[in-house]
Amino acid sequence: MASHRDLPAGLMNQLFQNTGSSSFTEFVGSYAPELLPRRGEVLATPIGDQVPHATTIVAATFAGGVVMAGDRRATSGNIISQRDVEKVFRADDYSCMGIAGTASTGIEFARLYRVELEHYEKVEGRSMSVQGKANRLATMIRGNLAMAMQGLVVVPLFAAYDPDRDEGRIFSYDVAGGPYERERFDAIGSGSIFARGSLKKLYRDGASADDMVMTLIQALYDAADDDSATGGPDVTRKIWPIVSVIDADGFRRLSEEEVSGYVQQMLDARMISPDGPIAPLR
Amino acid sequence: MSMPFGYASPEQIMRDKADYARKGIARGRSVVVLQYVDGILFVAPNPSRALHKISEIYDRIGFAAVGRYNEFEELRLGGIRYADINGYTYDRSDVTGRGLANLYASNLGRIFTESIKSLEVEVVVAEVGDTKEGDAIYRLTFDGSVFDEHGFAAMGGQAEAVAGRLKERYRESMSLADALEVALAALTEPGGERPPVGQLEVAVLDRNREHRKFLRLTGARLERLLAQTSNPPSATATPPAAPAEGSGDTPPPTGPEGDVDDGSSPL
Repeated sequence: MASHRDLPAGLMNQLFQNTGSSSFTEFVGSYAPELLPRRGEVLATPIGDQVPHATTIVAATFAGGVVMAGDRRATSGNIISQRDVEKVFRADDYSCMGIAGTASTGIEFARLYRVELEHYEKVEGRSMSVQGKANRLATMIRGNLAMAMQGLVVVPLFAAYDPDRDEGRIFSYDVAGGPYERERFDAIGSGSIFARGSLKKLYRDGASADDMVMTLIQALYDAADDDSATGGPDVTRKIWPIVSVIDADGFRRLSEEEVSGYVQQMLDARMISPDGPIAPLR
Repeated sequence: MSMPFGYASPEQIMRDKADYARKGIARGRSVVVLQYVDGILFVAPNPSRALHKISEIYDRIGFAAVGRYNEFEELRLGGIRYADINGYTYDRSDVTGRGLANLYASNLGRIFTESIKSLEVEVVVAEVGDTKEGDAIYRLTFDGSVFDEHGFAAMGGQAEAVAGRLKERYRESMSLADALEVALAALTEPGGERPPVGQLEVAVLDRNREHRKFLRLTGARLERLLAQTSNPPSATATPPAAPAEGSGDTPPPTGPEGDVDDGSSPL
């Protein structure tokens, strides 16, 4: 029998090992490591082209918050493997993440990351700082580096509302981790080059949430216009981009009707001017 | 053979342990958990803003405890680990209050029998359902017994007296303000002072919330809610009242000694 000094922590420890850390990932790593996303495995052949890939995610700040949007296409090589995949995830009440790259790994990361943030919040009784959340995600991505080298690349884009500054913040990553804080806007995925070009011309400082949602819908359309792996709005099947807004009131995912309103407005304007709004030259 | 020196019968050991635990638990203030129309309400008089007696375990599950802080904190952390790992292994909907109550019951029971000192804690695990029929309140005592409570539960301090007042006033499907009023009335000794706003820990499991149902009610939100109750408490702390005269007449049901809470002190 254990000494009375070990109780009650001693008995609880046998059931759920207390690592002394508030991190869920560390706890799972010691209690049930097989549940964590694959680490350090060596694949016989790179399988990068055979698994579905998620494509374009865009995010931009507005006055007092941040918006993130993602297209709905997943591709395996030249095949469209899914038309309505979701790749923008709520992380907690004041943050979200979008994923580009291997869809399955990305979804797993999003699920783990959500528990990670919540676990800290419940154990510590406070929300993690925005910088802390961004750093935590960097560690997770770095842990996937071995798999990324074999083709299972996953790169997230992280956006959060920072209550201390009353503004939205955006962090991007590369395969080896990060984070890199971005001013104003950023895009990831295969269509990101085109989306970023579009955002560069359309972004306005201090715009409203409403205007910024429209800006991102335009940028996603521009990405889909030039990148074969990015899906545009599917009018016949009524599949619209996923748009999430985070501000002082918390995370909110726009409903299908709301997004279809923005898309319809954009499509109407593009019937006249197919390349979208024209930025003033001077 | 003669009995070894210092022999005590198992019955005696168990009785002593139980008495010891009961005394410890009766020392704190009571905590009340009750159902209202949109979910479950937790109310605890708690002067500390940092050391919580009420907390969130998972999306639909809340936790309340009385007794020794370090002991129930350990139970709380174990519960969070249990819930998070099950939700991550399977699905978020696969984490249930019943499973958590069973985990606590087996651990409390084992510690009660195996260890020299049983845990001086009593806990409530409450789960909010999609409808009021789906709500569940489990009360667990220091020896691992589980009570499936209907509508309300009270524990700690003069638990039986508080539960009695709660039973008199409790009605099904009360509004949040009414439920809070009932809880405060139950927590207050007849003729005693109600705890001031700053020393109340109040939380709800609200079935109408998205994702996570648990919400702490603090600051302005709690004050607005208290203003809606029929008997709003004073906003400022009152000095501790002198010990109530009646406290010496009959021993409290759980038979504590020493620093016994008689409900008259606002702290």
